[in-house]
Parts: sequence; structure tokens; C-alpha cells
Amino acid sequence: MKAGSNLEKVLTAGHFAVSGELGPPRGADVEVIKKKAEHLRGLVDSINVTDNQTSVVRMGSMAVSKILVDIGLEPNYQMVCRDRNRIAMQSDLLGAYGLGIRNVLCLSGDHNKFGDHPQAKNVFDLDSMQLISTVKKMRDEGKLLSGQECEGVASFFIGAASNPFGDPFEFRVTRLAKKIDAGADFVQTQCIYNMDKFREFMRLAVEEGLHEKCYIMAGVTPLKSVGMARYMQKFVPGMDVPDHYIERLKGVDKKDQAKEGIKIAAEQIQEFKEMKGVAGVHIMAIEWEHKMPEICETAGVLPRPQAD
Amino acid sequence: MVVAERKPIQEILAMVSDFKKILLVGCKGCVTVCCAGGTKEVGILASALRIARKKEKNELEVVEHTLERQCDPEYIAQLAPMLENDGIEAVVSMACSVGPQFIARSYLLPVFPALNTTFTGGSLEHGVWAEFCQSCGNCVIHNFGGLCPISRCAKSLMNGPCGGSSGGKCEISPEVDCVWHLIHERLKALDRLDMMRTVFPIKDWSTSRDGGPRKITREDLKL
Repeated sequence: MKAGSNLEKVLTAGHFAVSGELGPPRGADVEVIKKKAEHLRGLVDSINVTDNQTSVVRMGSMAVSKILVDIGLEPNYQMVCRDRNRIAMQSDLLGAYGLGIRNVLCLSGDHNKFGDHPQAKNVFDLDSMQLISTVKKMRDEGKLLSGQECEGVASFFIGAASNPFGDPFEFRVTRLAKKIDAGADFVQTQCIYNMDKFREFMRLAVEEGLHEKCYIMAGVTPLKSVGMARYMQKFVPGMDVPDHYIERLKGVDKKDQAKEGIKIAAEQIQEFKEMKGVAGVHIMAIEWEHKMPEICETAGVLPRPQAD
Repeated sequence: MVVAERKPIQEILAMVSDFKKILLVGCKGCVTVCCAGGTKEVGILASALRIARKKEKNELEVVEHTLERQCDPEYIAQLAPMLENDGIEAVVSMACSVGPQFIARSYLLPVFPALNTTFTGGSLEHGVWAEFCQSCGNCVIHNFGGLCPISRCAKSLMNGPCGGSSGGKCEISPEVDCVWHLIHERLKALDRLDMMRTVFPIKDWSTSRDGGPRKITREDLKL
């Protein structure tokens, strides 16, 4: 065990892991967080807490992660490279560990151009690969980047992201391999819709033996409607939504589209369970946390294992 | 070269609104090459300022001059006769931002920048310039097929491309090439894709602006 988190235990025990996601509020309302979090209780092994996603200012991911810890839920504390230099990052990592946070997900971060403060100065002192290696150094060597020995070691279970649908495709497995080299213990992928491309990605990853070095969790975001599917297809960078899903959603009554979207997600999850090299799923039900019981039920991933 | 572009005329007019006579100084260096602040642009801006102020019935006298360079004290010294005797109340420099600062070092009167100094770059085609260097002070482009991800990747990633690279373009805009896509294509053509496989280590930014204002002293050249 590297960190002894619930997610690590579930994955290490060979169970098919499930993680969820919680976006902090654009304000200081703790009740909103608790309400969202309760929807996820008992359905997932750990919960990603996003770090100012899409560069929109929200309550800090470390604070929200700590709120989850306090109510007995396990966070995957997300940290992006956009807003902090190596001094702040290492300091936050030590602090997060001190607060009982055990999983950290290292990301580059969406460019600030997309957010509510496009005038901001961005940082990118480290990139996601280098952040992963920093967390690993702090854990495995007990040292900061400066070489300074830590008084008390922050032993995190280290996560990373992977987008099988970014270009160039042939580099995507290489990039995953690099992240594993840097120190990733688990990886969550971008939302998957193009199953053919993902099967090919996994085939190549398995061929390189990457699934034996790192737990690969497939990203799933249920489509709520035809409108959402079209939006993702057209406007979200690095997203690959095939037409056949759009056709399928169009084929049902508008009021039944959400249900159909959940059915599609459940079918995907069932396939991931059987797919070689896939160790779990990361379900991003964005502003749809209350649908998580239905999603997890339909996908057949309940009850969650007790890993201790 | 340093690439710059002229500020909007309204901004420059606002800067000089309190003055009756100004010196407008161009530079024959980089800003002449990038058509922002050479003799020709000095002439155009001078006319535009005069016309605008004439319309306001508040005429502005604009003395035009272009120096060989504005980043060298010996050329800045050539402005002395004009600035000391001609009743000039302020200077507007059409050089990169080094120019107005050098003028201000030598003369005690208000100095204004007419240009926005934009980047270190080159001309892609007639009328198009792009950024190629961020002056990090420790060139590493040979690790990236000869392309600079620090200046040309929106996130300055040293282990790209990120997940936002799509069809060779950056996630921030379809107008922006993903430099990491270009790096990948070039290394592939050079049969050096192995260079994309190794994790590039954390960069030391102390040679960049982050280490404080930079200065080079060459003892072999000092008089």
C-alpha cells in the first residue's frame, strides 16, 4: 500500500473500482457540497473534487476535499498546474496530507482563456507530468524538489488523467506510459463516447503492459439530452461523440432522453467491466449527482465492496 | 526580432492631451522591420495626431525624428539638441518599450510609448508575425525538434501535447497551431519519436524573468 486510501484498497484487491465527481460551488455554501456529496454516498469508492474546472473560480479543492473527509467520504483531490507554482503546490500537498487527504489527481488544467477570469496571469511552473513526479518524489524519497527532507512524509495515491481522443492518436498511449513513468498509480480517462477508438487505445495500452503498472479507469459522462451530446461533439475540445449516439437519443421521446442516456452509460460501463486492462470507471455526472443512484444501479456496480 | 504593434490612436491622443509640442521618435531597428515604428510609421502617426488635434481646435506640433536604434545610449544622446532647445514638452517613442525607458534615463521630461511590445518572433508571411521565444534564458529547443513549447504552447508544457490538442490545433483557438503536434510530426519525420517518450525534467526558471531583472556583463567587451 502506498497511501492506504479506500480507492487504492479497492483497486489493489482487484475489484472493479468506481469513482465519482463533485464540482465545488461558485461561492462559500458548504451545504451545497454536502447535498451533492450525499447523492454519492455508498455509490462510489472515492470522489474527485475538481480544482477550478474550466478556469472558473470555485471553492478550493483542498477545502472541499477536507469537507468530504469530515463527513466520511473519500476525496480525490485534484490539483492543476495553471494557478500555482512549485512552492504553493508542494505546500498544498503537505497541507492536504495533513488534513487526511490521501488521493491526489495531477492535471495541467484548462487554460484560463476559457474561464471567468481570462485576464489572469497563468503559472504552469510545472506541467502535469512533472507534478506527478513531484508527488512521487515527496512520497518515495520523502523529499521536496529542493532536496529538503520532509518532516513527515506525504504518502499519496497518485492519479493522472488521460485523453485517448486527443491528437495525435498514436501519441496517446505513449503519453499514458510517460505518466506512469513519472509516477501515476491510477489514471482516469476523458469521457468516452467513441468506443471503437477507446478499444483500440486499450489494446495498445495492454500490448505495452501499461495496465499492469497502473490502474486505468474509464471515464463516463452520461448524456442528458440530444442538445448536450451535440454541444459536446461540437464545442468541447478533445471530445469525440459519434453520431450514432446522437441518433439513438433522437430516436426516443424528449422526456425519455435522459433515461436513454443513462442506459447508454450503463452499457458502456458493462463493457468496461469486461474490457482487458480497465480497472474501473470514473463517472462524471456533472450537475446530475442526484441521478447517480440510477446510473450505478443500471450499470450493475452496486453494492460497492468493503475493501478493509 | 522584437515584434510590436502601434497602440490605438485614441490612447496615444489621451497621453499627449496636455501638450502643445511633442517629439515623436522612431527606431530603425526591429520595429522598422515589423512595420510598427520606423520612419514611415512615425510620419503616419505624426499626421494622424496633428489632424486629430486640429479637429479639436487644439493644434499639436509634432517634431518627427527616427534614430538608428533606441536601445543604445549613443543614439539616445543624439536627441539632446532637440530636447534641450526646441520647447518640446514630451516625447512619444515608437520603439519597443526599451526605447522610451532609455530616453527617460537621459532626459527629464515625460516619455510615452506609442507601441505595445508584443513578443520576440518572426514574420510568417507579409503582414503576419508570430511569437517564437519567451527569453527563458536557457534554450532547450533541441529537445523538442527545434521548436519552442515554452513560448508556443499555451500552457508552456514540456511534456505535451495535452488532451486539448485536436486536429493539429490548440484548445484555446482553432487559429493557434498546437506546437506539440508540430513537435510530434517533426520528430516522427526525423525518426526521433523516442524523444517524445522520455519525461522532460522540471525546468529551472531562475534564468528567466522569475530570477529577477536580467543583465549580461561581458568583461571582454568592456572598455
